[in-house]
Amino acid sequence: MTTHPTSGPTPDFSSERGEKAAPERADVLGGGFGSFDDHHPPAQELLDDCVHCGFCLPTCPTYALWGEEMDSPRGRIYLMEMAEKGEIPLEGAFTTHIDRCLGCMACVTACPSGVQYDRLLEATRPQIERNVTRSRADRLFREAIFALFPYTRRLRAASLGGALYQKLRPKKMDALMARLPQRLERLVAMESLLPPVRVRDAFARIPARTPAVGPRRGRVGLLTGCVQDVFFHPVNEATVRVLAAEGWDVIAPREQTCCGALGLHAGRESEAIERAKKLIATFERAEVDTIATNVAGCGSSMKEYGELLADDPAWASRAQAFAAKVRDISEVVDETLADPRARRHPLEATVVYHDACHLGHAQKIRSEPRRVLRAIPGVELVELPEAEICCGSAGIYNMLQPEAAGALGKRKADNIRGTGADALVTANPGCLLQIRKYLGGELPMLHPIQLVDASIRGVRPPEMG
Amino acid sequence: MLDAAMVREFTDLLSDNGVITDEVGLRSYECDGLTGFRQVPALVVLPRDAEEVAGAVKLCAKYGMPFVARGAGTGLSGGAMPVADGVVISLQRLRRILEIDVENRRAVLEPGVFNLDISTAAKPHRLYYAPDPSSQQVCTIGGNVAENSGGAHCLKYGFTTNHVLEMEVVLADGSMITLGGPTGEQAGPDLRGLFIGSEGTLGICTKVTVRLLQTPETVRTVLADFPSIEAAGDTVGDIVDAAIIPAAVEMMDSLSMEASEAATGAGLTVDAPAALIIELDGPADEVDAEFEHLTAICERHGATRLHVPTELEERQKVWKGRKAAFAAVGRISPDYIVQDGVVPRTRLAEVLTRIAEMGRDAGLRVANVFHAGDGNLHPLVLYSEAAGEHHAAEQLSTEIAELCVELGGSLSGEHGIGTDKACSMPRMFSADDLAVMHRVRLGFDPDSRCNPGKVFPTPRLCGEKPGPYRPHPLEEAGVIERL
Repeated sequence: MTTHPTSGPTPDFSSERGEKAAPERADVLGGGFGSFDDHHPPAQELLDDCVHCGFCLPTCPTYALWGEEMDSPRGRIYLMEMAEKGEIPLEGAFTTHIDRCLGCMACVTACPSGVQYDRLLEATRPQIERNVTRSRADRLFREAIFALFPYTRRLRAASLGGALYQKLRPKKMDALMARLPQRLERLVAMESLLPPVRVRDAFARIPARTPAVGPRRGRVGLLTGCVQDVFFHPVNEATVRVLAAEGWDVIAPREQTCCGALGLHAGRESEAIERAKKLIATFERAEVDTIATNVAGCGSSMKEYGELLADDPAWASRAQAFAAKVRDISEVVDETLADPRARRHPLEATVVYHDACHLGHAQKIRSEPRRVLRAIPGVELVELPEAEICCGSAGIYNMLQPEAAGALGKRKADNIRGTGADALVTANPGCLLQIRKYLGGELPMLHPIQLVDASIRGVRPPEMG
Repeated sequence: MLDAAMVREFTDLLSDNGVITDEVGLRSYECDGLTGFRQVPALVVLPRDAEEVAGAVKLCAKYGMPFVARGAGTGLSGGAMPVADGVVISLQRLRRILEIDVENRRAVLEPGVFNLDISTAAKPHRLYYAPDPSSQQVCTIGGNVAENSGGAHCLKYGFTTNHVLEMEVVLADGSMITLGGPTGEQAGPDLRGLFIGSEGTLGICTKVTVRLLQTPETVRTVLADFPSIEAAGDTVGDIVDAAIIPAAVEMMDSLSMEASEAATGAGLTVDAPAALIIELDGPADEVDAEFEHLTAICERHGATRLHVPTELEERQKVWKGRKAAFAAVGRISPDYIVQDGVVPRTRLAEVLTRIAEMGRDAGLRVANVFHAGDGNLHPLVLYSEAAGEHHAAEQLSTEIAELCVELGGSLSGEHGIGTDKACSMPRMFSADDLAVMHRVRLGFDPDSRCNPGKVFPTPRLCGEKPGPYRPHPLEEAGVIERL
């Protein structure tokens, strides 16, 4: 924002960073950090970058839905600025509008002024988690999500129940669910996102070590993920096969746990920090050259470990070293295209590629997956209208804000239908779950690596008969 | 305090949470793209269709409330700044493209449709909408009508007024009228032309029919660097003298290129004193012949580099470098003001020299981006709010606009007068001129409830100019708070 009077330069609290366990509320209105506490509030200089030009509006999913200033990137930055000055409290409207943000970062792509909305949001969400008391129902629901999703074992158990449930699900269930009162709509949203999963897949494990086929390029550590490994295990299998075929030893440490992306993007900073440390230690022991992930959201947060742990002298450099090794699977495969080891067999298919926000907007990875797909003979790639707009998945957003997520999911599904493609490919399990819900079984949905794998093996891709 | 019965009437009228009354929501509407002028409105409403707009305007009439129509809020003259105790009528829920009439080459649009989306929708039919303001990805057709917006290509194709055929308009009493006609020909006075560029002071446009043009067969663009602003200016003169009518001739100085290059990586030469982006379009033979002539003129004036993008993608990149320039200036300065003025093309070099001098005297940097072909300048005054430079920047910016008038030009080329330059109007128009304009406005809006305080100078506005927000002493003492 350009014209708000400033209350002087932001004081430097760097000496205190990371030392305060429970930061205190600044209680002087308009002084210090206003309504924020002193633990990394959104930085004034980052807020100042916004010149209120509005170029972000058309790509913001909530602005596309409602056309309201408060639910646009520029509006949210305006709100942060007001909170920073202590003019508005964090409770109430401020939290509502920040909660409604999907964190898709389309605005970061669109912004000509270089506003780092990603950093602003990541500074703001933990402020809300620390300082705003949520309603009991909201709190319990959030706790339930974070007690389930980051834990592979719990997810497996849930998938077992889910698989059984899907087999036995009474036909009348949909009608029953539709009649539930509105406050239960989040549960309905969670229920309808459950993918069809084979028990065998949910419980299968990626081998701890898979040797390269032929001459070795190096050692890749694979993040197997939580949701990915349980609900999309075939994607992990395809990833390992492609990496090995292209000359990589693939190490998938058994003891690896959640990368913390879901928590980080929801403002659960301390939880994310603990998970990051654990994962860093795990992959240090694995002694790999590259750490690959096939999940956009995980890659995006792992590449940010350096900033996440910057305050902790014991971990800062380890986190930076880790982050520097992280690559999305499409980046790894793209680098091998100049000198491919594995022959690609033709795959006649028109494919539409959906940019996952955490890949396209957050990591700026757009051309790599497209090049990887185009390298498959016979594959014709078509582009999606409104490609920059989020599908509504956004981590746990579709469970927390089911109404907005539903409208965005339908919009994305309509755009996908319009392309007339034979298959949809996207590199994030969240997007796959969300789009599946609105596209039903209309067309096969795959991770790009599954197409590469099918092409290398000379078989039809799964679901494409 | 808002009348509860009135709020209820608005709430009953507007579906889907179409009324904003909470302080946080209202404050996010307190300014448009010109953030130096701010005013919290009493109420913001978001109608869904023309009937709801008319209904809201009728309620405003019933309660005697002034109102301000707002599109995407990207305007740079404060034209959509709210009025105290007034209603902001946002048109951002009227975003449907109602019809693309391929045969008759026209499109029927709701006012909230983004300018660029018109061309995107028309593209499969090899048609497009010509006026292309630099903010075209976000500015709305309704806002374009209000401001009579131009853009890089208006040199050859004209402004919004040359492309709007018909409009549905809600007047201040809530009545709905149609201006213009589907064929663009109309008997009687051209009220359509009168409405376009009236900056929201005559009514709210709720439906627009625009002309679509066929995509040109060939487009060729050159990005030419020059050793001086003068050399670039002379080049423009020679191009016009050679009877070449380019689709666009844009000039950027080194400061604006530095900012834009940092934002877009468009391939601009940041240390060149000036660059021209010249585009020709039309039938291939004609374009090719003129293009050769054009590059020869550039070379004659000492062009230090001629970059001719061949691929569409490359060309778009160059244009992105130009169109993102305003906002990109945010990268080299914490704050800035975009000015908009017109001078006769022959006085380009002179006005730029004067602007540089004025900037030096004020101790402020000025970056320049402009539509050189028609002398439409966009000086960007860079300043720091934190360093207390706002007042000096405002003053310099105003002086630049008034300099344009002094040199025989205009206060505004395309951004409008709005709040920003209302007080400069007497520099350009006589008291009688202004009186007639005012009488015309009263003919449409007898109570002046339609975007009051804009365009026309008023004693309140110009006597005590509403500068940037300064806290009240009681507020500083913590006795009162501003919400």
